[in-house]
Amino acid sequence: MKRSAIAMAVLAAATLPAGAAEISDGKVKIGILNDQSGVYADFGGKWSVEAAKMAAEDFGGKVLGAPIEIIDADHQNKPDIASNIARKWYDTEQVDSIMELTTSSVALAVRNISEQKEKIDLVTGAATTELTGEQCSPYGFHWAYDTHALAVGTGGALVSQGGDTWYFLTADYAFGYSLEDQTSDFVKQKGGEVLGSVRHPLGTNDFSSFLLQAQASGAEVVGLANAGLDTANAIKQAAEFGIVASGQRLAALLFTLSEVHGLGLEAAQGLTLTESFYWNRDEASREFGKRFYERTGRMPNMVHAGTYSGVLQYLKAIEKAGTDATKPVAQVMHEMPVDDFFARGAKVGANGRLISDVYLMEVKTPEESKEPWDYYKVLATVPGAEAYIDPAQSGCDLAKP
Amino acid sequence: MAAIMTTTTRSRRRKAINAETVLIALGVLALVLAPLYVYPVFLMKVLCFALFACAFNLLLGYTGILSFGHAAFFGGAAYFTAHAVKEWGLTPELGILVGVAGAAVLGLVIGFLAIRRQGIYSTMITLALAQMFFFFCLQAPFTHGEDGIQGVPRGHLFGLIDLSESMNMYFFVLAVFLLGLLAIWRIVNSPFGMILKSVRENESRAISLGYSVRRYKLAAFVMSAALTGLAGGLKAIVFQFATLTDVSWHMSGEVVLMTLLGGIGTLIGPIFGAAFVTTLSNYFATSQLPVTLVTGVIFMVCVLVFRRGVIGEFYASRLGRRLSQPKTEHCAEDEPPRS
Repeated sequence: MKRSAIAMAVLAAATLPAGAAEISDGKVKIGILNDQSGVYADFGGKWSVEAAKMAAEDFGGKVLGAPIEIIDADHQNKPDIASNIARKWYDTEQVDSIMELTTSSVALAVRNISEQKEKIDLVTGAATTELTGEQCSPYGFHWAYDTHALAVGTGGALVSQGGDTWYFLTADYAFGYSLEDQTSDFVKQKGGEVLGSVRHPLGTNDFSSFLLQAQASGAEVVGLANAGLDTANAIKQAAEFGIVASGQRLAALLFTLSEVHGLGLEAAQGLTLTESFYWNRDEASREFGKRFYERTGRMPNMVHAGTYSGVLQYLKAIEKAGTDATKPVAQVMHEMPVDDFFARGAKVGANGRLISDVYLMEVKTPEESKEPWDYYKVLATVPGAEAYIDPAQSGCDLAKP
Repeated sequence: MAAIMTTTTRSRRRKAINAETVLIALGVLALVLAPLYVYPVFLMKVLCFALFACAFNLLLGYTGILSFGHAAFFGGAAYFTAHAVKEWGLTPELGILVGVAGAAVLGLVIGFLAIRRQGIYSTMITLALAQMFFFFCLQAPFTHGEDGIQGVPRGHLFGLIDLSESMNMYFFVLAVFLLGLLAIWRIVNSPFGMILKSVRENESRAISLGYSVRRYKLAAFVMSAALTGLAGGLKAIVFQFATLTDVSWHMSGEVVLMTLLGGIGTLIGPIFGAAFVTTLSNYFATSQLPVTLVTGVIFMVCVLVFRRGVIGEFYASRLGRRLSQPKTEHCAEDEPPRS
């Protein structure tokens, strides 16, 4: 990774053009900071770094004549390590912006530092709506997804597909409650009914009693308001209990292609979930998916594709602004529509939220899947304006009318 | 003959004290100059963890109680300080005191229950209670769940010194660290500390000598918790947040690791261990190697090769023995057995 960056820098130095004067330190440096060895290593991880590098290469390796450099670090899900690295990058290593930022505690910590130091941060890996709510920043952006979009996608759109009655399996802490509450709201708005919910402690291994309650409730949809390993365990055990086979639907609120791949179709079939990207959706996404697959041996999920899109948009904004100074670039990013395979004609709200479509998907059965990584059927497309909180209502001071 | 003996020990003692003061002065000087060469935020992190490990060592190394719940005091104090500074608008030094007080109260409760049993049972009680505290933090509204308390202002020390300047912050952290270390040194080298050591060596004998061992253990537990709270509160001010990472059981494990690596029951050992572990996790963050795997292997190698910890092995080596010889406890060991 370092070698290619150095090669790029050398190449650029050999052909140093005049325009580089507008770029601070003669190069644009983007830091990808995420979990590369812990529980989210597949969710974002090194694959996001690859996606960012692809974006830099596709842009031509240079912006306004200055070389683009992508560096990365593994924050190990510890906000103090992330904070230390972020400060060091900004203070001593001329990093112009930090992106990806998996896990909300890390994303919020880096958000505060970036705002203080007037640098751009672009989050693709964290779910919290705080980032574009009370903790929004004029230089902060949130791409790819958030808890609100997931709740609208799975909660609202699934009711329209006929899933009228719901029962929740909720992780017993703030994240679980907020997912359950938000999703219930959309279920009710669309005329659905919530029959009940059961709370399980974080890190549960045995879901049998919770799943039995869900089964006994007779609800059409069992919603999993939890994350990571808890969701995976619940899905595996639900397959053993035959929840999907007996006609109930299982809806995971935070689950991506990477986790479906980890579980395998046998266990995950019939699961419904929401993502803002699917590689096999159209020609452009397939083309990106194939190229990503050639480099990494896996297909991208919404975090990887979102990171690509974020890096590309940032570089486009630098080119348009004619400088890499934070304020003009941030302004261009707020004004310029995002137009790539990830988001088409999408806009960034005043609170920094990228408002793009999200998709309700169903995991295929092993028989339906025709090729490796052919995992989803797209059930519905939820327009961005419906999926994300209206910036004016988001609680962000910058977006107040 | 006896007269000669005493004069040589005395001069040796004087020499050793000089060597010790010189070493301490060099150490402090190195810490004062360090921010010129090393990134200050990283140094502050090392100092916070070093104080944490030293406080933990007060309990494990000098009293012989292995607590697997120190994360509750560390992370708990971070939450209390962060909340006091952010929501109540206290100055940083008062906020840290709130953290220390909170950790001391937690220490009193957890310690009171844990010292009723010994060895592994006591350790399991600390772990269980710390896990209960973790789940409390996960669900309590004031901690903001997995988002954590974010954007804690560093504020002005005593209302005067602006701590958002990283140099000011560094010297504040250094001062608190040295004070904490001094407190630990004082506790260890006092009659009270001697009794703690006697409890560690032979609890029943201490009881038979008429000491109320439980009270001493509880006092040590609370002191260790309060000093851990000092480190936790300080960390919340340095990093401007308090999150679940600091109350999770991994953190309790990490401090055991630091102390073991450096050397149990030595004053400098935990500092070394803390510096080593934090440097590793920071260094490997930007490398291509998996961090957890590498730290695991290094830990195994250290435990196999340096059984007393790195600093412990140094003390046990010839050079280390010569430096620390005149101390009465070591002197007794060095004397040839009487025939």
